[in-house]
Amino acid sequence: MNLEAAKLVFYEESYELLAAMEAALLAVENAAGPERGEHLNAMFRAAHTIKGSAGLFGLNDIVAFTHLCESVLDKAREGELAITTPLIELLFTCRDHIGSMVDAVRCGVEAPDSGALGTQLKSYLVDSAPVVPTPAAAAMVVKQEQTGPRVEVESGGDHVVSSDHWHISLRFGVDVLRNGMDPISFIRYLASLGRIVYLTTLYDGLPNPEEMDPESCYLGFEIEFQAAPNVDKLTIENVFEFIRDDSKVRILPPHAHIAEYIRLIKDMPEGMSRLGEILVRGGALTPMELDEVLGIQRENAGAGEHRPLGTLLVEERLAPPQAVAAALDKQREHAAQKTREHRVVRVDATRLDALIDLVGELVISGAAAQLSASRSGDSALIETIASLGELVERIRDEALSLRMVPVGEIFSRFPRVVRDASRELGKDIQLELAGEETELDKSMVDKLADPLVHLVRNAIDHGIEGSDARRNLGKADYGTVWLNAYHESGSVVIEVGDDGGGMDRQRIRNRAVERGLIQADEVLNDQQVLQLVFEPGFSTAETVTNLSGRGVGMDVVKRNIEALKGNIEIDSVAGEGTIVRLRVPLTLAIIDGFRVGVGQVSFVIPLDMVLECLDLPTDRGSSQQHYLNLRGEVLPYLPLRELFEVDAPAPARQSVVVVQYGSQRAGLVVDNLEGELQAVIKPLGQLFRGVRGLAGSTILGSGAVALILDVPDLINRAAKNERRKVALIAAREARHPAMREEDRP
Amino acid sequence: MAISSIYHHERCILRIDGSLTIYEAGEAKRRLMDELNLAREVEVDLAGVAELDTAGIQLLLMLKREAARQEKPLFFHGHSKAVLAVVDLYNMAGVFGDPVVLAGGAG
Repeated sequence: MNLEAAKLVFYEESYELLAAMEAALLAVENAAGPERGEHLNAMFRAAHTIKGSAGLFGLNDIVAFTHLCESVLDKAREGELAITTPLIELLFTCRDHIGSMVDAVRCGVEAPDSGALGTQLKSYLVDSAPVVPTPAAAAMVVKQEQTGPRVEVESGGDHVVSSDHWHISLRFGVDVLRNGMDPISFIRYLASLGRIVYLTTLYDGLPNPEEMDPESCYLGFEIEFQAAPNVDKLTIENVFEFIRDDSKVRILPPHAHIAEYIRLIKDMPEGMSRLGEILVRGGALTPMELDEVLGIQRENAGAGEHRPLGTLLVEERLAPPQAVAAALDKQREHAAQKTREHRVVRVDATRLDALIDLVGELVISGAAAQLSASRSGDSALIETIASLGELVERIRDEALSLRMVPVGEIFSRFPRVVRDASRELGKDIQLELAGEETELDKSMVDKLADPLVHLVRNAIDHGIEGSDARRNLGKADYGTVWLNAYHESGSVVIEVGDDGGGMDRQRIRNRAVERGLIQADEVLNDQQVLQLVFEPGFSTAETVTNLSGRGVGMDVVKRNIEALKGNIEIDSVAGEGTIVRLRVPLTLAIIDGFRVGVGQVSFVIPLDMVLECLDLPTDRGSSQQHYLNLRGEVLPYLPLRELFEVDAPAPARQSVVVVQYGSQRAGLVVDNLEGELQAVIKPLGQLFRGVRGLAGSTILGSGAVALILDVPDLINRAAKNERRKVALIAAREARHPAMREEDRP
Repeated sequence: MAISSIYHHERCILRIDGSLTIYEAGEAKRRLMDELNLAREVEVDLAGVAELDTAGIQLLLMLKREAARQEKPLFFHGHSKAVLAVVDLYNMAGVFGDPVVLAGGAG
């Protein structure tokens, strides 16, 4: 991996960590007690990790700034700093600042200045002791101060606080004497590593003279031991190395060491998953002790009783409970890390696209193979190709789903957006999220984020009334804004709703007339009036706020959505609220299609949009009217033959394919129905860019090209044509037929 | 190792000379138990002990405990340097009684 590639990982990781930090910040506001500590820890870890990674790339600005954040967070974590609203505000700003610094590095521009924020952060640190580089180093300094003078005091024979001694329990095996080893020599050797403060010889094990074997050892010892500097648990244990096998040796560290173990365990790098390993690495347990307790665990398991290692360690007094608890925490942390690692594999998007392209080719070749197989009439071949086809289909689905990400990825940024906006406007807003697991194409996610932020801000600014107004209307004091996502006939729908005042049609109309967007006497249906807010330069807000109402934005939102081949729908009830519905296609690469023919030409309709097929009635009256009566509803239809000027005589029987997009329906008249197929969408050449009604092309198994129909556009056109004609006829017949497209939920 | 016993009536003075270690432990145990069973009161003179190990001190412990069980007075005295070193290390001066101090002062 070269440096640039590694940097990409750094950016991604930083954004993830910043997101985690933001989530923790939001949570810490509402949390208390240990939960709060957990969130502070999460923030600290995020800052710490970013600092570490930035250091690898020599990004000194980021290192310096995150170091300050980390120090403040550390103080907060230790409880030396109260979590106040100004502090949280500051941390939010710092989080954003780190984000913009990372962005700056990414774009190769100069990093924004951290001076002012740095000063603010430092003001929280003033009370702290002389600045030490890291908390770890601080601990070391303190430790030396404590142990230094105490050693001298002890050599003077003064009273010694027992908690600073190691406690060693020895129960010698019966055979040690016979094996030529004498406890005396071990204790003498131990004494050479420090000072035996107190020793108690236990001889309760000595049996009656008749039973006593004079060559056996029956003694045990409890020793308070003052270790010389640099003598750790392992060194002490090594004293008893030769008798470990048949003797019981328990070495308990001084209390001061327990804190040290906990610190070591907490500071350990990730990568260890086993409790024993963590404790051994932290120095709280020696490898021998681990082997021993694992042996006990095995014996217990053999006896049909499973006991966790941690419990055994504490029971056997091999490790202090506090250290075991810290190690267990570490283990959990690691497990969490691990599941995340397992869940996510970073893949370059271009490689994914290349894979999907190849799968597309595979689908086409598969169709060709299927065609030749069925022509050959070789049943074995047909069967093989059929199962191959099934696999190809599954590969296609899998490959496409690789690009799919849950929409929650966008939603997760909204708690912050709503929080900031509601603070700024002094409105009490509650955010509800639903359908976060709904998946859509990764490229869509990136492009939907900004329009959604805009819509949410708009809802908060214009939609939700002030709390006084709300109280007068008998609504809850806090406004609710919700985001909801779901799948609907091959599209993903994302709703942004609020329970505010709804849209005032009259005001929208007046403003549109005022701005010259429509004529004063122009007849518009409800949806058309509402859609006026998406016109460039439209704004009904009485005052322009910081958030929205500058008249730019809504038109940009609409443009962005249309660029994704999506559309926007507004539902608004005065006094009750507004729902803005964004509808975008699920994917842009491969679709399940329905193939139809007109003359020699094949067309493909996205299968998700096909509702039903029926015969075109022969007694449909005037050929001027392009609409049918479908079970009592008016269904406008478009003859594809006329639309695409196919030069072939119409057969006696024609079919209608009823398609739906959003809440609108239309029929497409074709010669014959040719069945389902998988269509790899190939973009149309430059020449056909301007052609309306076509979404792309695909290659059929036979090698022939089929055109993919742009159903939303066709439905629109059918509706428009018919409306015009119907209006004409209606005027003539003084009759008002119901129009389907106005019949909204 | 040599264990000699001198009886004054039923009071026995046991004198241990040389080393009292695991190598002599089997024989020493028999000797010591025999003498304890015969005597009513025992005085153990440790002045001649040139070497003492854990097996040895276990024997002395056993002797003392058994004497207590049989309700026979038993004293140690004349602790040699070798004995004192082990008793000190094992912090058993209390167990072997204050004669340590007396004997130490006398010898």
